[in-house]
Amino acid sequence: MAISDDVLVIGGGIAGATAALAAAEEGADVRLVTHKQSTLRNASGLIDVLGYTHEGEGPIVDPFDRLEELPESHPYRRVGTEAVREALSFFDEVAGDAYAGDHTDANALVPTHGGTVKPTARYPVSTAAGLASDPRDTLLVGFETLTDFDAPLAASHLEAAGAPFAARGVTLRFPGIVRDDAKLTRYAHLLDREEPVETAAGERSAREALAATVKPHLEGESRVGFPALLGDEFADEVRAELADRLGADVFEVPMGPPSLPGMRLEDLLYEALEDAGVRVVSGVPVVGYETDDDGTIDHVLVDRHGQEIPHEAGQYVLATGGLVGKGVRSERDRAFEPIFDCHVPHADDRYDWFVDDVFGEQPYARFGVVPDRELRPLDADEEPEFSNLRAAGAVLGGYDYAAEKSGAGVSLATGYVAGGRAGAEASR
Amino acid sequence: MAHDTEVLVLGGGSTGCGIARDLAMRGVEVTLVERGNLTDGTTGRMHGLLHSGGRYAVSDQASAVECIEENEILREIAGHCVETTGGLFVQRPEDPDDYFREKLEGCRDCDIPARVLSGREAREVEPYLAEDVKRAIQVPDGAVDPFRLCVANAVDAENYGARIETHAEVIDLLREGDDIYGVEVRHESGPGKRTHGTPGTTEEITAEYVVNATGAWAGQIGAMADLDVEVRPSKGVMTIMNVRQVDTVINRCRPKGDADIVVPHETTAILGTTDEEVTDPDDYPEEQWEVDMMIDTLSELVPILEEARTIRSFWGVRPLYEPPGRGTTDPTDITRDFFLLDHEERDGVSGMSSIVGGKFTTYRAMAEEISNHVCEQLGVRASCATAEEALPGSENLAVLEEGMDDFGLRSPIARRSKQRLGSRSQEVLETDEPNPVVCQCEGVTRAEVQDAIDQSGSDLNAVRIRTRASMGNCQGGFCCQNMANELHPEYDEATTREALDELFQERWKGERHALWGEQLSQAMLNYALHATTMNRDNDPASHTEAVDYGAFDSGDSSVRPSSRRRSGGD
Repeated sequence: MAISDDVLVIGGGIAGATAALAAAEEGADVRLVTHKQSTLRNASGLIDVLGYTHEGEGPIVDPFDRLEELPESHPYRRVGTEAVREALSFFDEVAGDAYAGDHTDANALVPTHGGTVKPTARYPVSTAAGLASDPRDTLLVGFETLTDFDAPLAASHLEAAGAPFAARGVTLRFPGIVRDDAKLTRYAHLLDREEPVETAAGERSAREALAATVKPHLEGESRVGFPALLGDEFADEVRAELADRLGADVFEVPMGPPSLPGMRLEDLLYEALEDAGVRVVSGVPVVGYETDDDGTIDHVLVDRHGQEIPHEAGQYVLATGGLVGKGVRSERDRAFEPIFDCHVPHADDRYDWFVDDVFGEQPYARFGVVPDRELRPLDADEEPEFSNLRAAGAVLGGYDYAAEKSGAGVSLATGYVAGGRAGAEASR
Repeated sequence: MAHDTEVLVLGGGSTGCGIARDLAMRGVEVTLVERGNLTDGTTGRMHGLLHSGGRYAVSDQASAVECIEENEILREIAGHCVETTGGLFVQRPEDPDDYFREKLEGCRDCDIPARVLSGREAREVEPYLAEDVKRAIQVPDGAVDPFRLCVANAVDAENYGARIETHAEVIDLLREGDDIYGVEVRHESGPGKRTHGTPGTTEEITAEYVVNATGAWAGQIGAMADLDVEVRPSKGVMTIMNVRQVDTVINRCRPKGDADIVVPHETTAILGTTDEEVTDPDDYPEEQWEVDMMIDTLSELVPILEEARTIRSFWGVRPLYEPPGRGTTDPTDITRDFFLLDHEERDGVSGMSSIVGGKFTTYRAMAEEISNHVCEQLGVRASCATAEEALPGSENLAVLEEGMDDFGLRSPIARRSKQRLGSRSQEVLETDEPNPVVCQCEGVTRAEVQDAIDQSGSDLNAVRIRTRASMGNCQGGFCCQNMANELHPEYDEATTREALDELFQERWKGERHALWGEQLSQAMLNYALHATTMNRDNDPASHTEAVDYGAFDSGDSSVRPSSRRRSGGD
């Protein structure tokens, strides 16, 4: 017998999780299926809403002021400004104390591991003490064995970016790391588990040893920034203990993959899904679908260990991600959405998919399905592909999240709307 | 009249660096100037084939003989740049039998070791060959790293006292009457190692003799002194695959044609190529059909190429030359032989020769012949020693192979580092400092990157060609930033930022031609990491307009954990 739910969400990133939570809140029975590891391990964990306009103007102070200027086809315009606000409040409730920034509409400028700052709307509490608009002097700490964060360079870059405080960087040896190519999670686990490490003063806990390594380098700065590796499961405790021992606030600088703040956000979302009673099945791809006579989706086929199991639902949400998450794929002569073959507009000539400046206006970055105001993907004739399929997150086209700094915001807003509507309709 | 140097070599490709080394070893004072980085012209834009000569065994036996001789010499003197992959000339059912026979006989005439394999035997050597291949000729083709080889020549020339100036573009030839006596160059950032942001300068360099070894650009140089050098630049595309589908050089055994070779190269395989005459070696179209043809045509030999991932494509420009009056129209018919044009004999203008034509595999022999000519002009009697003396990195390789440890590195990384560095491994990798991996795709450690920076300054593309860092699957998305970090604190923040932007842009240049499938996903990820996570596309440090920090969120003072938790230290 087919597995049957009110709402089936395909995809387990921010958009999919938000859609599932929003649908569950409408009283629907919800199932979420994901195939690959989500792209959150690549993401900084920041919740960007809009940092720059589609024309590159910015950094924007208040993103809500500027949403109406975006082109009509932009996902934010499809759902409307009010829905973006609601979605963000929804996230604030889900995230609770783990995130900050909800006390103001203004964007925060967060130091990046490359050394400059970027605008974002919500940020993990671990980065809160590092905001660039906070004028306190700052010590950045890097480690000899981590090549992707050079603290003295980042400090000097922050000054070049005009940050209103003095920044200084030091590069130290991380106590307890013996292999030069230890994984980032190894650093976090040393601190999480308070593993004993050898120091000149004898055996110490990893947290104590790290604080003792940094302390002599403090020259009156009241905050200290580390690359984002301060614990995984017990990050709050690790940070608090280091702050206590250093007598200064401690913050993390978001890093590239593997990103601990991104993974912590993923954990947070999956706990919320569990609490909301959403059934989550991971590691299973959707490989096909069947429609009814009226063109609605009757069921999808999910590949579970080589068996194609029909999954039936009243409403479906497609939240499979963009090019990176493989919700949008491409071949030499076409870009396409691989599950339902929803229409993905693109130039016929693939040499029109890019421009020569790497940071120019890249057409490929805007690849994705085009939705109506209900977030139903439209076909080439601008009719909904299926009446019971909505799309959310990076599978949507028509915006460049990297340039705008709008990735998480679009995923939240469209996930919230798509999931909410699907839930309401399915449980009606 | 006193000169700045005895011989001035123009062009830092394989020919120019080969000449500089040859002359310096003979005790001649040499200065070499190059417009960009070493290898920036044709040398860094070839398919990395070390010819056995098999390719020319029918059409041009003189070249074939020279190839096999030089092939054997390079295996000796540049072992750390060469991989002895072997090669196959593969015949498909539709390819002519006559030509296969001529190829085999040609190889034997030229003393190129050649053995016929049945289709089944060929597929035992290379399992991904098409099932219907008829048979193959096995020859000693190889793969060569043109960057490493060219840099090793330059380094050795310096060891023998030569001055090598990169990023020094020739802007004028100094000519008085019928004598050329030097050049004027524009240093992009002053003489010596390149440092971004340092203002440019110009310099007149005078010499007793000038060698124009600028290949496809030789015509432009000649024109500065009103000399006609009739180079006929011809472009060819090369498409790089993300893995080695083959471990042997695969040639198509048919008379001539585009897209007929696959060369395994380090972690990749390179597909080549086309042959199309262009007017300007700096400005020619790079077209989709060329990339598509590589994949479509070579899939006939190696079918999995059709579905495989390519990571970038690039084009090179052959410095073909045809003596006046021959009138060949198809560039594939123009000889691959090289020509020494003595402008005194030819044009009545003394003090300079131009070298055009030729091919990478025989660069050393060309350099020897030109150096002989130059020495004759200067009255120098010393003879060439480049065929006997190993290049830096290739001395006593066999002995070192046994004795070398892994320098605390994980074995796959140690193995790859040692392959790149050869006998310089110990000197470069032995360090008391932590030596983490900077580029994961290619297994390049900090020590190797630092060694390259010592050689080449703040130019990260120069670091790239020396180490292969940023040349793997991610095309720099994950490691460009890490490489730039290695420049600091020797170079300041602004210099580091400019160097990073330049490298990232350069990586994009080739990646654009591979934007579909996995590599388009990779490109989007790279873009997201650099724009979303790092905000490098809108970095306030690179904009003139100041950011009003006070207008943004400075934190929620009501919940700030800060000093309240402070216990007063330990």
